[in-house]
Amino acid sequence: MSLAVRPEREIRPPAIQIRGVEKRFGDATAVAGIDLEIREGEFFSLLGPSGCGKTTLLRMMAGFETPTSGSVLIAGADMTAVPPYERPVNMMFQSYALFPHMNVADNVAFGLKQDKVPKAEIPKRVAEALDLVQMGDFAKRKPHQMSGGQRQRVALARCLVKRPKVVLLDEPLSALDKKLREKTQFELVNIQEKVGITFVMVTHDQEEAMTMSTRIAVMNAGRILQVGRPHEIYEYPTSRMVADFIGTANFFAGVVEDSQNGQVTFRAEGVAAPLVVAGNLAVGAHAAIMVRPEKIIMGREAPAGAINSVSGVVVEIAYLGDVSIYHVRLESGLVVLVTNANLRHSAEPAVTWDDRVHLSWHPGNAVLLP
Amino acid sequence: MRRSSSLITAMAFGYAFLYAPIVLLMVYSFNASREVSVWGGFSTKWYAELLDNDAYLNAAWLSLKIAATSATGALVLGTLAALVLVRFGRFSGRLLFNGLITAPLVMPEVILGLAMLLLFVALEDLIGWPDGRGFTTIAIAHTTIGMAYATVVVRSRLAQMDDSLEEAAMDLGARPAKVFFLITLPVIAPSLVAAWLLAFTLSLDDVVVAQFVSGPGSTTLPIEVFSSVRLGVSPQVNALGTIIVVVVAVIIGLATWLASRKKR
Amino acid sequence: MRVGGLRRDWGRRLVLAVPYLWLLVFFLAPLLIVGKISFSESRIGIPPYEPLLDWAEEGFAIIRATLQNYVLLFQDDLYVEAYVQSLTIAGISTLLCLLIGYPMALGIARAPEKSRGPLLLLVIVPFWTSFLIRVYSWMTILRDEGVLNHALMGLGLIDEPLVILNTDWAVYIGIVYSYLPFMVLPLYATLEKLDPTLLEAAADLGAKPIRAFWSVTLPLSLPGIVAGSLLVFVPAVGEYVIPNLLGGGDTQMLGKALWDVFAQTRDWPSAAALAVAMLVALVIPIALFQRIQTRMEEEGER
Repeated sequence: MSLAVRPEREIRPPAIQIRGVEKRFGDATAVAGIDLEIREGEFFSLLGPSGCGKTTLLRMMAGFETPTSGSVLIAGADMTAVPPYERPVNMMFQSYALFPHMNVADNVAFGLKQDKVPKAEIPKRVAEALDLVQMGDFAKRKPHQMSGGQRQRVALARCLVKRPKVVLLDEPLSALDKKLREKTQFELVNIQEKVGITFVMVTHDQEEAMTMSTRIAVMNAGRILQVGRPHEIYEYPTSRMVADFIGTANFFAGVVEDSQNGQVTFRAEGVAAPLVVAGNLAVGAHAAIMVRPEKIIMGREAPAGAINSVSGVVVEIAYLGDVSIYHVRLESGLVVLVTNANLRHSAEPAVTWDDRVHLSWHPGNAVLLP
Repeated sequence: MRRSSSLITAMAFGYAFLYAPIVLLMVYSFNASREVSVWGGFSTKWYAELLDNDAYLNAAWLSLKIAATSATGALVLGTLAALVLVRFGRFSGRLLFNGLITAPLVMPEVILGLAMLLLFVALEDLIGWPDGRGFTTIAIAHTTIGMAYATVVVRSRLAQMDDSLEEAAMDLGARPAKVFFLITLPVIAPSLVAAWLLAFTLSLDDVVVAQFVSGPGSTTLPIEVFSSVRLGVSPQVNALGTIIVVVVAVIIGLATWLASRKKR
Repeated sequence: MRVGGLRRDWGRRLVLAVPYLWLLVFFLAPLLIVGKISFSESRIGIPPYEPLLDWAEEGFAIIRATLQNYVLLFQDDLYVEAYVQSLTIAGISTLLCLLIGYPMALGIARAPEKSRGPLLLLVIVPFWTSFLIRVYSWMTILRDEGVLNHALMGLGLIDEPLVILNTDWAVYIGIVYSYLPFMVLPLYATLEKLDPTLLEAAADLGAKPIRAFWSVTLPLSLPGIVAGSLLVFVPAVGEYVIPNLLGGGDTQMLGKALWDVFAQTRDWPSAAALAVAMLVALVIPIALFQRIQTRMEEEGER
């Protein structure tokens, strides 16, 4: 999991405002009431499983779908009923949608021609846009003569050349293979920073969202579960669903035993000792504690004086190269996942199957979820 | 996948069955003997006779005019119908529309011909148009039949077309009508050519419907050929058939060559 | 385009109205007129039928309908014979087409991918050349002193020429020959989509190739068989040119009978009744074809 946190900018005016937007197709509700504000210059991601409504939301920003209710504002102006060809946004399609009968230069020039940009200016702007995505040498190629990565760049240039207020990206990297995808992620971010245009990206790939975005909206079943910067979403999820969807998580369900000074003592099912975590909840409330596998310290000896300590037996080890994932079964039968970095070359892992181990974590590394 | 020898034999038989009559037709068009199936030496006299036969030439010219007109009409109507079926989703009357557009594909030609004729007679009775039968009535009948075939061809290409191409064009600022002419039409162009050629061929080939809706003085080539071969074997028809086969082969060869060159 | 604001666009209405109106005027209306005239009385004149509706002087419409044309169809042995023969000849021809076309389609579908296109093209090419002239070519082949008899006698297989032309046999050959591409194309379309691993799975599970064909390939290609059979059967029932050129005096088919009644007897109402009777025989196959066609089209359209 890469967790490069991009610097937060100063608060800038909103580029897109979504106000109480709902979208129904017949009986099916695709988007169930969303309020959202995306600020200028952001690289904003809509993240969620397929069918969560993220693409429909994006298409309502582009103008391909009309909200059943609510409104869509772009740069402060109400665009709810404005057709796509009159909106100051441009979309990069999942299939890239390059016009097969036009060469690269004509594809990029298409939008400028529609805007009646003076003829003399078009070649210059097309060349600029193609240089920006390093496709200057490919102007005369046809789409079918290029690789997936090259097509992706042309599609981006075609969006950027119109200098839109917002660029919408629908799963922009899903058609590329893994290696190229990782390289392209950084390129896209660099280009976005260079041009300073707001990017809104739809993706189902959490790593992609984490790496590229300034902020992420996690969506499920037509609603936004949480909006935040990547590390906020990962470290401080506000719901089980978000914690579960982003990365891997251990959950301990139980009841709040004591709550004082912003600290909660928690009685978890299947865990002998009480658990301590930062938080504020009424005594007796049902809740859950979430701990990420890499936040757990594992050892053969019980740590001295440690709170949040449990013990169990290693039942499964998944060796992934950089890390190994240990499945530790507690006496109650509850299985806890622990990630350990493989820091040294060694044929044998330090801890192996059937070993009895002690697990502990710092109270600040766990999250209390209502 | 392994192909058994019996399958290959069956295929060879099938192809031989399809091509033997065509090959024989061409071979005997160069036969000096009037007796079509007895070889009497090489000769091109039937071609000379054919090119001297005004009835055939006039009929061929009329047929070509009708085919070009009706193919063009069928292409326009068929493209619109395909757009309706692929892009309009559900609308009231879709079921009837779909039924009407596919029915001519499977309707016996004699029924189509009779029905068209009765319509033209009734119309003439009612509003005085069409005035008599000939070019116009044949072209209308052929347009209607060709339209059904054109729709099938264009429809399947439209259905395969990536929706986002049109959306991208709109997103880049093109209005719907412009999107249609700048993006949709060029992208489906090969299917439009195929549809036009199909309608053209159907029209050029039709004898039954044309016989119903043609009038005096408007004899198409198939009608002319039909009336002469009914009476027996006619070597000029062999020559005519050979010319048609050669023209078709050249067109198909050209189209294949163009398509393969474009792919590269 | 799923843009709400465009739904009520006048352009959209125009796109729908033009082909719809054309079909209503030049396809549906003619069929309705056929239906109407099949109930009117014939007369000598132009047009050779009595109008169905007469405006009487009081302004009331008098409906003059008769079932006589239909009664005649059943009473005249000629028509009954034509009806039965049309269906039989079309049915047998369809079966023969299937027998010849299936191995061809299967062979093309299993050919290396590169040669499938050309092989398929070779099936279609004859269709682009004149149908009439190809049928005529069979006349020259099947005649008593034709190419086939010459060849067979030359080989010493027969002593006297076989009489094929102007018999039902010639009609079968003509129909199978003319409509073979219509059988092969839909068959190929379904066979080509057939996942080859299914056959490998069948073989892996112990089925011999013949058994795998009967229990896997054939059932899965059923939609193609139905579509191809209908594309052959329906036009064959109404075939006019082939029985006319290749058939004999006792080959009676509906298409030919209809033309004869129409052009020679000039009894248009009877011709119309014959057309309606033919449509009745074809309603089920045509409806079946439309269902398959619509399903296949809509699968491709989302």
